[in-house]
Amino acid sequence: MSSTDIAINQTDMHHGHEEHDHHHDLNFFEKYIFSLDHKVIAKQYLFMGIIWAFIGGFLSVLFRLQLGWPEATFTFLEPILGGWVQNGKIDPEFYLAMVTMHGTIMVFFVLTAGLSGTFSNFLIPLQIGARDMASGFMNMLSFWIFFLASIIMFTSLFIETGPAGGGWTIYPPLSALPQAIQGSGTGMTLWLISMALFIISQLLGGVNYITTVINLRTKGMSMTKLPLTIWAFTLTAILGLLSFPVLLSAALLLIFDRSFGTSFFLSDIYIAGQALSNTGGSPILFQHLFWFLGHPEVYIVILPTFGIVSEVIATNSRKPIFGYRAMIGSMLGIAVLSFVVWAHHMFVTGMNPFLGSVFMFLTLIIAVPSAVKVFNWLATLWRGNIRFTSAMMFAIGFVSLFISGGLTGIILGNSALDIQLHDTYFVVAHFHLVMGAAAFFGMFCGIYHWFPKMFGRMMDEKLGFVHFWLTFIAVYLVFMPMHYVGIAGFPRRYYNWTGFETFNMFTDLNTFISISAIIGFTAQFIFLFNFIYSMFKGRRATLNPWHSNTLEWTTPVNPGHGNWPGEIPAVYRWPYDYSKPGAAEDFIPQNVPFSETQSSNLPQERVLE
Amino acid sequence: MVTNIENQNSAGVHPLKFALWLIIISILMMFGAFTSAYIVRREEGNWLEFDLPQMFIINTAVIILSSITMQWAYFAAKKNNLSMVKIMLVLTMVLGIVFLYGQLSAWGDLVQNNVYFGGVDSNPAGSFLYVLTGVHGFHLITGLIFLAILLIASFKYKVHSKKMVRIQLCTTYWHFLGGLWLYLYFFLLVNH
Ligand code: HEM
Ligand SMILES: [Cu+2]
Repeated sequence: MSSTDIAINQTDMHHGHEEHDHHHDLNFFEKYIFSLDHKVIAKQYLFMGIIWAFIGGFLSVLFRLQLGWPEATFTFLEPILGGWVQNGKIDPEFYLAMVTMHGTIMVFFVLTAGLSGTFSNFLIPLQIGARDMASGFMNMLSFWIFFLASIIMFTSLFIETGPAGGGWTIYPPLSALPQAIQGSGTGMTLWLISMALFIISQLLGGVNYITTVINLRTKGMSMTKLPLTIWAFTLTAILGLLSFPVLLSAALLLIFDRSFGTSFFLSDIYIAGQALSNTGGSPILFQHLFWFLGHPEVYIVILPTFGIVSEVIATNSRKPIFGYRAMIGSMLGIAVLSFVVWAHHMFVTGMNPFLGSVFMFLTLIIAVPSAVKVFNWLATLWRGNIRFTSAMMFAIGFVSLFISGGLTGIILGNSALDIQLHDTYFVVAHFHLVMGAAAFFGMFCGIYHWFPKMFGRMMDEKLGFVHFWLTFIAVYLVFMPMHYVGIAGFPRRYYNWTGFETFNMFTDLNTFISISAIIGFTAQFIFLFNFIYSMFKGRRATLNPWHSNTLEWTTPVNPGHGNWPGEIPAVYRWPYDYSKPGAAEDFIPQNVPFSETQSSNLPQERVLE
Repeated sequence: MVTNIENQNSAGVHPLKFALWLIIISILMMFGAFTSAYIVRREEGNWLEFDLPQMFIINTAVIILSSITMQWAYFAAKKNNLSMVKIMLVLTMVLGIVFLYGQLSAWGDLVQNNVYFGGVDSNPAGSFLYVLTGVHGFHLITGLIFLAILLIASFKYKVHSKKMVRIQLCTTYWHFLGGLWLYLYFFLLVNH
């Protein structure tokens, strides 16, 4: 696959160079649909991400209804869900399918494709000073393959046997045996096809991001002058490049088990009293392969937001980021470590306790670079001249959520504790705070901050505030109680728990969580309104509305194809010269040479004048 | 399309060559996953022992030969010996197809020996062999498509000493596919 598109692209490259100011009129399709412009592709990813986020959120409201009011009858859902609601009762298998799709959609389609796709595409060329991605064609291909994957996943929601139902981690044997549940039938086949396409799309995108950052930086933009966003996006892409192929391998083997009668993951199974012929497979093998991707995947989700949040916090504290090199170092550390901790998801698979201790040790080390990052964010905020823009609110909210969720990670990382807590709501609380909510906050932060660059208009700050506070409060109200029920042993992925005497005492708490979730979901419509309204009617943006240092703010308000109408600016300094003593203003953009800022130059910078 | 030739030098490599290396890394990760799964699974026992098809030796020779012809085409292009480029590219393609055909007949031998991919009588030992060779074969097909595109370009006089990028990319990819097969073959020799 890959070889051909490179060949096609190469011709583009060749008549590319003589024409960077030349605009042959693009028709509607070339401009908005099959566009090669990284900014348009970024917006396409953003719109898809938002649509998927609302679908994923809606599913979670549906299953929270079931969990919050287990005895209620939901006849009012019949018009939407059709046969999945019988006499007002949600079908148990459909419940599992909804949980599965919620997880898949949120983790992969929103927080991987929607997040990286939007911000890596949008910011990499603009912040490193490039006219576009290394290969616009591959970039476009990446989006359209993602689109195809989306269509397939979306279709699976409407087929008769329902979408995949084995959890977002699709563990076999459940996911491998169509006779086990309906959700392992056609729905699972579509899931696998869609995810295979998704992986190819992410790889094409990732190859492009890395190549662009390494090869196309403008004059003077050394690796240590890069904004932290770019470091974060690059490391994310590297993680994806190394881990997604492994998931593809696992998915391929699962496809063979499902459709070609192989036994990679299946052995000695009795189903409905009948013995299957498969022998010799190992379901644990799948878990190893899955989590070898799965754990890096959680960092693929969170790393881009590390970058976004660092950038926004520095800009809006009007202070240099604290510990720039430590920020890069900790991201590198996290990226490396993320490949050697996967088995902390498998402490209860009967693994050798000694091996468990090794993975526990490695897992707990991740707390160190994570703590370095948190410390640096707090130190950047400390005594800053803070401007509470909507983006800044979400950035600070992000830090809060990352701390709360990270702490429970340290608890879960201890195998002795995890054996009690595994597969309870404690885990659900952990990863929703540290990954789900935190990454969403990072994404909101990025959208509020770069909206002016994307659409040339400002989002409404008041609505942004309301959106922030409602979301922030709702997130904590939803996930804090989950720790409590989780410690009590309340299991995840159970359709109905009223049959268990011990768990009945949590009925009120569950109702409370569900109400909070519904409020939180509703609050997102404020964002949606703000987003769409501001796109057309928002206040017009100025060139550099946040008085920021990075290169994207040196482009026109609405940058055209090629980003800078004239020459690409050269870079002389790092991106965090905020409130530099002696400077005329409280920010000095990266493209201002030291010769123009003699009053503020530090002794070692004098030689650069 | 707008490109960045003006500042493409921040790393000193052509961006597409760099991208190709990244793609190669991701393909390697895929095979890394398969082969480590193979080892882990083999350790667990219940593993069918069988002889590797004899065809593999011949195929290995064929694919090494095709790497030589590919490199030859590359040198010829550098020296602007365009007819040699075409001959060598055609030869490489033919050898690639011969290799694929050889792999298919190796599968035939396996079936004759009662080593199956799936079904009641299959064992993961055999299934893994089919997966490794099959996925490698799939990538070889993508290499053949790339070769075909290059061949067409060479007939249009678009491959010569001043337009080397494409043939460089193709050469790298083709050598990689050969190297990948060597790795798989030795891996199987040691671990089957
Ligand atoms: C201090 C750092 C962290 C530690 C020590 C840690 C540890 C753990 C452990 C041991 C589990 C397994 C729990 C179980 O299933 O029994 C887990 C689950 C999980 N963690 Fe973390 N974690 C950390 C940070 C993060 C971060 C930063 C993210 C994402 C951005 C994350 C996302 C997840 C997810 C998604 C799961 C659950 C997957 C599932 O079973 O569906 N964790 N974590
Ligand atoms: Cu993990």
